[in-house]
Amino acid sequence: MSTLERDPRDGMVQVLDEEGGVVGDVPDLSDEELVAMYRHMKLARHFDERAVSLQRQGRMGTYPPLSGQEGAQVASAMALAEDDWLVPSYREHGAAMVRGLALKETLLYWMGDERGSLIPEDTNVFTPAVPIASQIPHATGMAWADKLKNDGDTDTAFICYFGDGATSEGDFHEGLNFAGVFDTPTVFFCNNNQWAISVPRERQTASETLAQKAVAYGFEGIQIDGMDPLAVYKATTEALEKAKNPAEGELRPTLIEAVQYRFGAHTTADDPSVYREDDEVEEWKRKDPIPRLEKFLRNQGILDDERVAEVEESVREEVADAIDAAESTVRPDPSTMFDHVFAEQTPEIRRQAEEFARLREEYGDEAFLEE
Amino acid sequence: MSTQEQEATQNLTLVQSVRDALATEMELDDDVLVMGEDVGKNGGVFRATEGLFDEFGGDRVIDTPLAESGIIGTAVGMAAMGLKPVPEIQFSGFAYPGFDQIVSHMARLRTRSRSRYTLPMVLRMPYGGGIRAPEHHSESKEAFYAHEAGLKVVMPSTPYDTKGLLISAIRDPDPVVFMEPKLIYRAFRGEVPEGDYEVPIGEATTRREGSDVSVFTYGAMTRPSLEAAEELAEEGIDAEVVDLRTVSPLDRESIVESFKKTGRACVVHEAPKTGGLAGEITATLQEEALLYQEAPVKRVTGYDVPYPLYAMEDYYMPNAARVADGIKEAVEF
Repeated sequence: MSTLERDPRDGMVQVLDEEGGVVGDVPDLSDEELVAMYRHMKLARHFDERAVSLQRQGRMGTYPPLSGQEGAQVASAMALAEDDWLVPSYREHGAAMVRGLALKETLLYWMGDERGSLIPEDTNVFTPAVPIASQIPHATGMAWADKLKNDGDTDTAFICYFGDGATSEGDFHEGLNFAGVFDTPTVFFCNNNQWAISVPRERQTASETLAQKAVAYGFEGIQIDGMDPLAVYKATTEALEKAKNPAEGELRPTLIEAVQYRFGAHTTADDPSVYREDDEVEEWKRKDPIPRLEKFLRNQGILDDERVAEVEESVREEVADAIDAAESTVRPDPSTMFDHVFAEQTPEIRRQAEEFARLREEYGDEAFLEE
Repeated sequence: MSTQEQEATQNLTLVQSVRDALATEMELDDDVLVMGEDVGKNGGVFRATEGLFDEFGGDRVIDTPLAESGIIGTAVGMAAMGLKPVPEIQFSGFAYPGFDQIVSHMARLRTRSRSRYTLPMVLRMPYGGGIRAPEHHSESKEAFYAHEAGLKVVMPSTPYDTKGLLISAIRDPDPVVFMEPKLIYRAFRGEVPEGDYEVPIGEATTRREGSDVSVFTYGAMTRPSLEAAEELAEEGIDAEVVDLRTVSPLDRESIVESFKKTGRACVVHEAPKTGGLAGEITATLQEEALLYQEAPVKRVTGYDVPYPLYAMEDYYMPNAARVADGIKEAVEF
């Protein structure tokens, strides 16, 4: 039976238990792919720690940490085929990185540099959305467009990420409802990290699970252990496959609820100690996806101390290089703010750009920049 | 002009010209599609999409679930992937559940992606009062959209302009909010060429030349403005009537040019006064032509009250008498 056919209330799908022991069918991944998964997760964790530190030092703006969610982000993104699309919220830098978005770009974006918003043409990652759940209808529309362009038959899937709080929004309902009605090749990946800033999952919905909401839209929903990367990989792979090649009478979309925890704050502007207990955090840290995968890989003889040290060393270097590259990037040319409003500047925008140029000419940039 | 050279025209109402523009552009460009509630088999509650379903099929004339944010949000995704969706919101007063998608995404995706994506989509919505409709069916809230950088806002007043502007809007690489004056959907007919043509977005047109005062208006208010101008001509007041056609970007050059000629202005719209386009036009005249000004700029607008139920709407909406009064105030100052 496909994992997706389980009842969404039957509890979480797991492949690895909290000690890294095998409790389900291990997905078909080569040793290199498994090590790559591990390395991506370590990279995301180290990146995250450094990003929070940069913010604390005043070298970066407000930043949304992802620690705890590496398993869900990395393993789901690794399940995507080359042509598949990733439609993120603002917390998916780990997933975007797996899809080839340079860490430097992510740093630039959170450092407030508009150039970090330009995701290279050959990277199938959509621009991150900040308003909650608003990217869900976009993902449905993108997948729908692809299906229409291919006369109803498509071999490209679109995965859309959002949090547990997003499931309370109208756009969650509208996006999933359209996906069901128009049978779009979309995988809705809910990162249920338990807290929408300070409001717990229980205050988002009285539903027993978030996954079961899929029933209302006519397609499958599944709850998985989001801190078990192999379960994430397995379920996402199946959902992507179904999106492209549904069986007779089966709808393409799937809702995946990946149960997990954000170890840190919602953003660096948030203080979680106000609303949650340390015990809760400690309990979830025992489920940490990184040591879990590491134990599995060590048991399989795929990783040893030496290999782990190599990974840690290379991850540190990669992040350090990205930070150097981002920080040594010269400030953006502020006149470019007028360039991306319309394909062609309107007369009024042109006048405003000219006035802005005159002001800079007359007073110098120093007059605009805070010390 | 010989008969052969003369372009074939049809005598269409404004709403028929909407349909004609959609059919014309859908015929020319396979990427164009229409979506919304009741736009398919039903042909739209105002018949703006009548017959398109039979002509182009259900994959290009799509009846969607009743969900404004879903309609606009999925259209954003479609447009980002290269289609040219023309979503319809049945009444502009029902657009607000989709407002977040309009201002946070439709307007911003080009900026937010540094031009990797643009949204060649046109959001159509009938706006305005005067048709004895229920509550929430008569508002005129173009200022919301004109205030949002990244959107173009078009409001036609004739069948000819409607077709040409809608075709331009569909061909525009950027998102356009196309607000149709439902009061005059069927009020009159006009000559509309067969085949495709464009009326440029962002250009006003002078509907009546005059030397004493400039009347700036658009959409459904163009007709009462012209009516008032004709009435006043008999009293010896020669009013120029400028139809803006696009409220964002505003054709400031034409506005200022007309004002420099007359030195007096009356701005007419049915939207409420506070924060309305009339304020923007007045400020533009202050900035650009203060020394030409002979009188305070008069604003003839809807009142700053929620749009009333229809027994009172004739008192709420500007009409030719109110416009004439406003023009006289500007002239007799």
